[in-house]
Amino acid sequence: MSDLINSSLRELSAALAAKKISAVELATLFLDRVETLNPTLNAFITTDREKTLAQARAADETRKLGAGSLCVPGTPLRGQATASLPLCGIPLAHKDIFCTQGWRTSCGSKMLENFVAPYDANVVEKLAAAGMVSLGKLNMDEFAMGSSNEASFFGPVKNPWDTDRVPGGSSGGSAAAVAARLTPAATGTDTGGSIRQPAAMCGLTGIKPTYGVVSRYGMIAFASSLDQGGPLAKSAEDCALLLGAMAGFDARDSTSLERPAEDYSRDLSRPLDGLKIGLPKEFFGPGMDDDVRVAVEAALTEYRKLGATTVDVCLPNSGLSVPAYYVIAPAEASSNLSRFDGVRYGYRAPDYDTLEEMYSRSRAQGFGSEVKRRILMGTYVLSHGYYDAYYLQAQKIRRLIAADFSAAFEQCDVIMGPTTPSVAFPIGSKSTDPVQMYLSDIYTVSANLAGLPGISVPCGFGAGQPDKPMPVGLQIIGKWFDEARMLNVAHQYQQVTDWHTRMPEVTK
Amino acid sequence: MPLTPEDVTRIALLSRIELSAEEREKTRDQLNGILGFIEQLQAVDTTGIEPMAHAVDVVQRLRPDVVTETDRRADFQALAPETEAGLYLVPRVVE
Repeated sequence: MSDLINSSLRELSAALAAKKISAVELATLFLDRVETLNPTLNAFITTDREKTLAQARAADETRKLGAGSLCVPGTPLRGQATASLPLCGIPLAHKDIFCTQGWRTSCGSKMLENFVAPYDANVVEKLAAAGMVSLGKLNMDEFAMGSSNEASFFGPVKNPWDTDRVPGGSSGGSAAAVAARLTPAATGTDTGGSIRQPAAMCGLTGIKPTYGVVSRYGMIAFASSLDQGGPLAKSAEDCALLLGAMAGFDARDSTSLERPAEDYSRDLSRPLDGLKIGLPKEFFGPGMDDDVRVAVEAALTEYRKLGATTVDVCLPNSGLSVPAYYVIAPAEASSNLSRFDGVRYGYRAPDYDTLEEMYSRSRAQGFGSEVKRRILMGTYVLSHGYYDAYYLQAQKIRRLIAADFSAAFEQCDVIMGPTTPSVAFPIGSKSTDPVQMYLSDIYTVSANLAGLPGISVPCGFGAGQPDKPMPVGLQIIGKWFDEARMLNVAHQYQQVTDWHTRMPEVTK
Repeated sequence: MPLTPEDVTRIALLSRIELSAEEREKTRDQLNGILGFIEQLQAVDTTGIEPMAHAVDVVQRLRPDVVTETDRRADFQALAPETEAGLYLVPRVVE
């Protein structure tokens, strides 16, 4: 049983197909791990053994009867009824930002502490239709605003590699749960790095697709022009399978892109001969810690051995990406979060006299301090007299940043650099200074602003306590819609290195 | 230009977020810290640059004007803090 927790999705799929294990046994194995380890890690907010096992039983039934008869409760199978379902019976867990009918969806907030969505997010629906079994809902920074998972109403998540450190954020619960092998895979969302940064800090592979590839329907909105869902898993191969099940046009998301379905695994085994890797000098400046630099340089050496060449490229405006992001994202958040008014759903303050008081007290008590800070900031940059100076200016700079990437991609196939400037930092070390916290997204936010896909891949270990070295992530940014190529580039590296197979002590 | 206490009061009102006097001061400090950081955007010459509102430049898709929603009022109202006879209850706004 114990090697099952480290198996790839393909291996789990084969074990299920060969009836070496049932979906119920697999779900039970992981639920038991959650029960044992979650009190230490705090990665899960909500579990429901009965609901999980019901889904697992349905998956077993589907495998027994053949893929055409999938009977996950409440989830009619869409598309070709005879298509094979390789993921059927494999467990995963959802970031608590994805609405799940019948399970609480808190978004890490007191505002939604008791919110049970009346519908499933598109991503939840699609993965259920693929037969995947949900183990529960994962902790996160409140409304996905944070880079350390310390800004959760449900308490901070611990990094399984060193429980005194943060797992990154905002998909910190997703990353910690996969790293500790509480689930084979997890969903996440990435507005400014929230998949890639925690993946890097927990030694995982996580991909943020091109904006518009994964539907935002039922994904609680933070900054709508930047938000994008994606998977966190143990390898690029696993991510390719998961992304295939998550992606696709959805008419209920007005920015979902109408594109033909893709097999993201199609190029995995392609050799890297002739691959041109762009290295932006801005990603290798003085802001990066030495231990991160050493690991990233070693990864580049590995890529050269695989037949790739590197070329220096320039992203002259990338230094402006964090400040531009912290105008645009709060502006969109202030608008999106205006829906939380204590009237139709969510928290309502107990004491008030007027409607105005009801609004302003419900929001004051229901939101945490980082969320309030961003709503206030967003309101300010959108307010009369400041709109042009801040919001419009940031949007113009956003275009400059996107144009830099277009120019760089004339010279290369993918761009590489560190995912984060440092390894996971100690809990509490940055929580008092918002700007310091924001800077931990310095290498990831530009891909969101430009709408580009990005993936983080484990590439070594850096400083930590002497007995607890911390994982380092290599970021690969691809051209628009080049996910299959990026996954190929990540997978080939994972064929010649074993960083992605390393596990924290807590899993042993 | 740093925020004054009056600015913070005005933003909090627009945001419908109640702040105590103590929170107002702390918030002002933190917002000024962030504003100091984003100030560098002002120095960039963006003459002639079209603002980029979205990650992918596509035209808004239109849908056929048909009813696709089903009546789920009871499900939705089950989530509300207070309802009566199919209506959401709030404090009286018209005397």
